[in-house]
Amino acid sequence: MEPVIHLRDAVTVLGRFPALAGVDLDVARGEIVLVAGPNGAGKSTLLRLCAGLAPLAKGTGQVLGFDLARQRREIRRRVGYLGHANGLYLDLSAEENVRFWARSVGAPPGDAVATLDRLEVASRWRGLAVAHLSAGQRRRTALACLVVRRPEIWFLDEPHTGLDAGSRDLLDSLVREAVAGGATALVASHELDRSAALATREIRIVGGVAGGVPGADERSDQPMGEC
Amino acid sequence: MTTSAQVETAGRPTEDRLDSTGSRFTRVLGVMVVLMLVMQLALALVISPPEVLQGDAVRLFYLHVPLAIAGGYLGVGLLAVGSIGYLWKRTIFWDLLAASAGELALMFTALTLLTGSLWGRPVWGTYWEWDPRLTLTAVLFVLLIGYRAMRTASTDPHLRARRSAVIGLLAAADVPLIRMSVDWWRGLHQTATLNPLNPSLDGMMLFTFFFSMVTFTVLFVWLLVHRFRVAWLEEQVADRALDEAITQRRAEGQETQ
Amino acid sequence: MWRDALLVAGKDLRIEARSKIALNQIAPFALVVLLLFAFALDPDRGFLQEATPGLFWIAVLLSTLLVVQRSYAVESADGGRDALRLTGLDPAGVFLGKAAAVFVVLAMLEVGLGVGVRLMYDTSLRGWPVLLVATVAATTGLVAAGTMYGALAAGLRVRETLLPLLFLPVVAPVMIGGTRAFAAALDGSSGEAWRWCGLLITFAVAYVALGMLLFEPLLEDS
Repeated sequence: MEPVIHLRDAVTVLGRFPALAGVDLDVARGEIVLVAGPNGAGKSTLLRLCAGLAPLAKGTGQVLGFDLARQRREIRRRVGYLGHANGLYLDLSAEENVRFWARSVGAPPGDAVATLDRLEVASRWRGLAVAHLSAGQRRRTALACLVVRRPEIWFLDEPHTGLDAGSRDLLDSLVREAVAGGATALVASHELDRSAALATREIRIVGGVAGGVPGADERSDQPMGEC
Repeated sequence: MTTSAQVETAGRPTEDRLDSTGSRFTRVLGVMVVLMLVMQLALALVISPPEVLQGDAVRLFYLHVPLAIAGGYLGVGLLAVGSIGYLWKRTIFWDLLAASAGELALMFTALTLLTGSLWGRPVWGTYWEWDPRLTLTAVLFVLLIGYRAMRTASTDPHLRARRSAVIGLLAAADVPLIRMSVDWWRGLHQTATLNPLNPSLDGMMLFTFFFSMVTFTVLFVWLLVHRFRVAWLEEQVADRALDEAITQRRAEGQETQ
Repeated sequence: MWRDALLVAGKDLRIEARSKIALNQIAPFALVVLLLFAFALDPDRGFLQEATPGLFWIAVLLSTLLVVQRSYAVESADGGRDALRLTGLDPAGVFLGKAAAVFVVLAMLEVGLGVGVRLMYDTSLRGWPVLLVATVAATTGLVAAGTMYGALAAGLRVRETLLPLLFLPVVAPVMIGGTRAFAAALDGSSGEAWRWCGLLITFAVAYVALGMLLFEPLLEDS
């Protein structure tokens, strides 16, 4: 099966700093990959590179069959990325934000409302400007903006941060649902317990390179294993 | 690759020699520039006669006009070429060409303004006239300062290259529009200038004028080659530093695992 | 492309409708500028009427800077600058959409400024067909250039100071053309004014075309 993400010796330079120093990575469709590693190891950069947001300086890479050096726009419109910042429009309401993202991929108008329902966004704060929402509510809105696009790959950078227990369960079930529907997910996280339960495979990034994880083979035998 | 081939012909320093921006070609060129400048001085200050109306002030024109043309036409032209080249090929060669040309154009334009107002004082009676060409040069000067400001605004070489290329191209495209607007704006305002095609010009003055054009063009090229090589060497150093940084970062990864 | 442009323009205008920054802060600023001109020039001697075309366009230029800055500030207000890139919208469409939203806001400010000079400087606005064409052409040029330079400065540490330095000299032809066209129209010589409209239209067409071509590398930034 052709991998949805294929990196060979990928280097990403931020300013003059090699955040990624030659990463080899293959991810197959339907995997939920946990990207672990210490702070500053390059987890976020790896996600941003694969989402077409950070540049590929050296090496080669394809995502969904598109070249990371030349066809980044094709990649961006097919993937979802949730970073540390939510990137919402603060003056618009939660619903308007979700609608904007829905329309950007040409999704039917009903999708925005359906997604908000699915994310259990209470209707009483759907119409409020995002600036008035709490951190948890904003995070949920940002997640709705991602979900509504039905991305083929989900890139989640520390998605559990700032969410309460209920929202975390909801997030996990959303990811599983999407993957069951043919999507793929990369999750960067510190909270290994939480994310390891979700993931089908774990990779470790240290010093801008990817390494295997002892015991990773066993994990892939678990029920949520590779498709 | 196109780029490396072109750099090769421009006399790219070998990997082992990061200590000099000179080559046999530039040394010959440099000697030529010095000889031409000496001859230019003799022609402009001693050999050529004073002009009928302007007197000795005309001598400044052998400096002012070639500076304006080398900076304004050659410099901005190469800035545009480098910018287009970068947006098309996305290689650092074109970016550095645009950067070097932009910097030299800024210097030449500044000197054009200086010599222009020094000339204006005796001829017009003021240091500044809203003469169309002088106004155009002033706007161009500020545009080039903006280009330089962008080059120092970011430390990310790729972001800087992309944005600078767009600015270089937008600025170059603006020049004919500014030219048209200041010409119409000051259209009725005739100021004394020196037209090299004026048949009343003395033959020696005409020769001096054309010689000065050649001299300053060669000077511009010579400076450009050196400025480009300095930038190129900086890039090589940064590349080496990056390779080292990558190795270090990998080692950091291996230690931990 | 047009669909994307509409989406972005609608989003930006909706943000303005909600936040009312242009109405509550930029429009009063433009009014203050008109007051300052009256303080700087003697209002009793007819200087203000004479200088109206230039003062009007300077006030417009300064307002454009603020509107453009605001247009890019909303993109990064919540910390991220990725939203527009991640949507994968057509770059030319994003450019046209942002420019269209800035145009609408600026056009409203210009109406306010027009009323301002009419009332405060007692300038009679004659020759309105040519005034209107000149205003639309000049505004299109300003907005196209402003949208480009706003994107060029966006995300940099020095964006607030870099934007005016880059933008103001480039729009020198609009400043000259707009002022001359207005001066000629108010003098009743509309033939002269139409000639300047030609220049303004050329500038507008050139910068809209350049913007559509060159916006892609700006949206690519990380």
